[in-house]
Amino acid sequence: MGNSSLFDRRQFLLGVVPAATLGTLGVAGCSSNGPTPPSSSYAPTYFNTAEWAFINAAVARLIPSDGAGPGGVDAGVPEFMDRQMELPYGHGAYFYMKGPFLDNSPPTLGYQLRHTPREIYRFGIAAANSATQKSQGKDFPLLSVADQDHFLAAMEKGEVTFATVPAAVFFAQLLTNTKEGYFADPLYGGNRGLVAWKWIGFPGARADFTDWIDQAGRRYPYGAVSISGATDG
Amino acid sequence: MAERKKNVDAVIIGYGWTGAILAKTLTDAGLSVVALERGPGRDTSPDFEFPRIADELKYGVRGDLWQPLAKETVTVRHTPNDVAAPYRKYGSFVLGNGVGGAGVHWNGQLWRASPEDLNLRSHIEGRYGKKFVPTDMTIQDYPVSFAELEPHFDHFEKVCGVSGTAGNLRGQIMPGGNPFEGPRSDEFPTPPLPPIFAAQIFEKAAAELGYKSFPCPAANSSIAYTNPYGVRLGPCNLCGFCERFGCFLYSKASPQTTILPILEGRSNLEVRTNAYVTKILVDNTGKTATGVLYVDESGREVEQPAGLVVLSAFQMHNVRLLLLSKIGTPYDPVSGKGVVGKNYAYQMCAQTAAYFSEDVEINPFIGAGAAGQRVIDEFNSDHFDHSQVGFIGGSLIYAGATGGRPIDQMMVPPGTPAWGDGWKAAIRKHYRHSAPLGTQGSVMSYRDRYLSLDPTYTDSHGLPLLRITFDWHDNEYKMAAYSAAKMEEVVRAMKPEKQATILMRPGNHYDVRIYQSTHTTGGAIMGSNPSNSVINRYSQSWDVSNLFVYGASAFPQNIGYNPTGLLAGLAYFSAAKLRDTYLKSPGPLVQA
Repeated sequence: MGNSSLFDRRQFLLGVVPAATLGTLGVAGCSSNGPTPPSSSYAPTYFNTAEWAFINAAVARLIPSDGAGPGGVDAGVPEFMDRQMELPYGHGAYFYMKGPFLDNSPPTLGYQLRHTPREIYRFGIAAANSATQKSQGKDFPLLSVADQDHFLAAMEKGEVTFATVPAAVFFAQLLTNTKEGYFADPLYGGNRGLVAWKWIGFPGARADFTDWIDQAGRRYPYGAVSISGATDG
Repeated sequence: MAERKKNVDAVIIGYGWTGAILAKTLTDAGLSVVALERGPGRDTSPDFEFPRIADELKYGVRGDLWQPLAKETVTVRHTPNDVAAPYRKYGSFVLGNGVGGAGVHWNGQLWRASPEDLNLRSHIEGRYGKKFVPTDMTIQDYPVSFAELEPHFDHFEKVCGVSGTAGNLRGQIMPGGNPFEGPRSDEFPTPPLPPIFAAQIFEKAAAELGYKSFPCPAANSSIAYTNPYGVRLGPCNLCGFCERFGCFLYSKASPQTTILPILEGRSNLEVRTNAYVTKILVDNTGKTATGVLYVDESGREVEQPAGLVVLSAFQMHNVRLLLLSKIGTPYDPVSGKGVVGKNYAYQMCAQTAAYFSEDVEINPFIGAGAAGQRVIDEFNSDHFDHSQVGFIGGSLIYAGATGGRPIDQMMVPPGTPAWGDGWKAAIRKHYRHSAPLGTQGSVMSYRDRYLSLDPTYTDSHGLPLLRITFDWHDNEYKMAAYSAAKMEEVVRAMKPEKQATILMRPGNHYDVRIYQSTHTTGGAIMGSNPSNSVINRYSQSWDVSNLFVYGASAFPQNIGYNPTGLLAGLAYFSAAKLRDTYLKSPGPLVQA
């Protein structure tokens, strides 16, 4: 675990979660719905069948569809993630990927693995399914949602050990990409129908508040709009 | 064998703010100039057009306007005894790339330094005694005063159409401005935009506590404005896609919106993009630069001979190129001798999130990089008595959202689950009703904090990466805790339901994973003589008199303000001396 970057963006400053206390975060509330079916008719390009089932199941727990507000699967997050894997990001093209790769660098010096985001998923999903097979005789998507939540939390805290990639690194990428897909412009495949923006009250690509400069403190009344101009996705 | 281009009078390395300033000065003077920019050409249209620019994932998260780390990054270690690790993913700071440099994706918070920031060591020793400065702290005075720089600060503010309210006009303290600023010769060129709602609440709370808040000086023009070069800017609409984005409205000052339009078409200026400079060439005396070597976009090595070399890349790249070119003596932290790489510094910032009740409509997506924000400056620089606080330096404290970007800037209270139903409920409850506040604090320079070439890691051309040796010192932990306590006091007076602060505490090491500030400084510092600095007061290399180095690499220690105003002031001060003296009679402008 000494060489992973769990928390690599400003959100951890603004999210007001001191790195030192992240390990103590509570587990999300559990519900008792059955496994969520894969999203829509989208056919994944990068993820294989088992991986696609895992992504859909995990996203359904990270941002659940039950309760108030849109779920990650309904919002198209799995499609977003698959499409990202085909883009330069998935191939690690945004990162410095030359070696040597240090094994014992302190976490504060950031991500030091040789793996691209595609590889993190390939290795991480296989390791996760094999871990739940070993402990419960089932792949992750077939676990009860309570067991899924428990296993996700264990990965988050680094309480499970994978031979290939650190579980916490894999989980951090999964959660980061899930939130990216939820909140990014729908042009990337997630946030379908602008559901995540509507849920929080973000007006998206509106980008003109001239008429609100003198109305500070009043609720902004206009709904979300995407880069394509859609107001309902 | 490198292709050899025809000799030109001057070559400029890096076409951001200071490169543009010098390109104007030198072409005005009739010199033939080639500007080399490592990244692509960029302009408002088509590169920053709406609506494509309103894409948080592309620009705010992936960073498509930033320097591609895949090709070149830096390495980081905490102490001179550690092995440095490469900065593989963006976190702590974000580097610019392409025409306009970091002047494209910046926020436009355009500050002058405080007068005492410029003679810091003598000021501190004079007020608190020589023993007040820790022995390992290597701060020094700038060899230029606030009064000398003031006309150049003023000019750059006019070039940028900066919106703001004067606090000290020719020595008279003005209502509504920053009473701690040095005397300014003129008002800001454009009036401030009204405060956004979070800044209004801050303003009221600060006033209750007796602090004088004022509008953040914003290079986000508030009105239609024509700058002294005849270039027009438009009013900011608080679009929320400012920080990390290019401006589609011609409101945020950038080289593109202020200087480059008048250089377009000048027959004595050629801009070559995707030109990656690998070396500044010197003759066999080592005292005269003869040009530069670069790799063009097809991968060919090209030599560009020139009579004058302007090194105006980002702070880190300036230092790296000096080291790669073997110009000047590299700094040695053991002996304390040598100067290239000396006095690397950073900033230490704290943030407080204020969570209001659901009837308080913060509208966090309404905001710019600087316009609409409010600041207090009581606890910055030496604006307060430091004799009992046990540190040197300070922070400004600001309020105001920069876009409320949902992926990157979502704020939820401590204890909120990071995922699941609890997270989903919390983002709805808090997104529209939370306000960020921050401190921006100075970092002093130290004997063991410096820049050098990495012995292991290389860029895509096989050249060594720059290595940063940096961690926090006690002075900065104390400074940040003091500033954060003052910020929290104001936030309490804003009466949120909850508030929470992130602060680096003793034992927390410098963490490259968390965005803190892109205001990295030093490594090619200015000073009074060649033994304490790389450049003289006119930004001229002590070693190579036809080489001038611009940017925050010149800062002997960092300040509690954004650096662009100061580094542009230093560039214009130098440009005036070049024009009036150097070009008529080249040679050292200060005798060593």
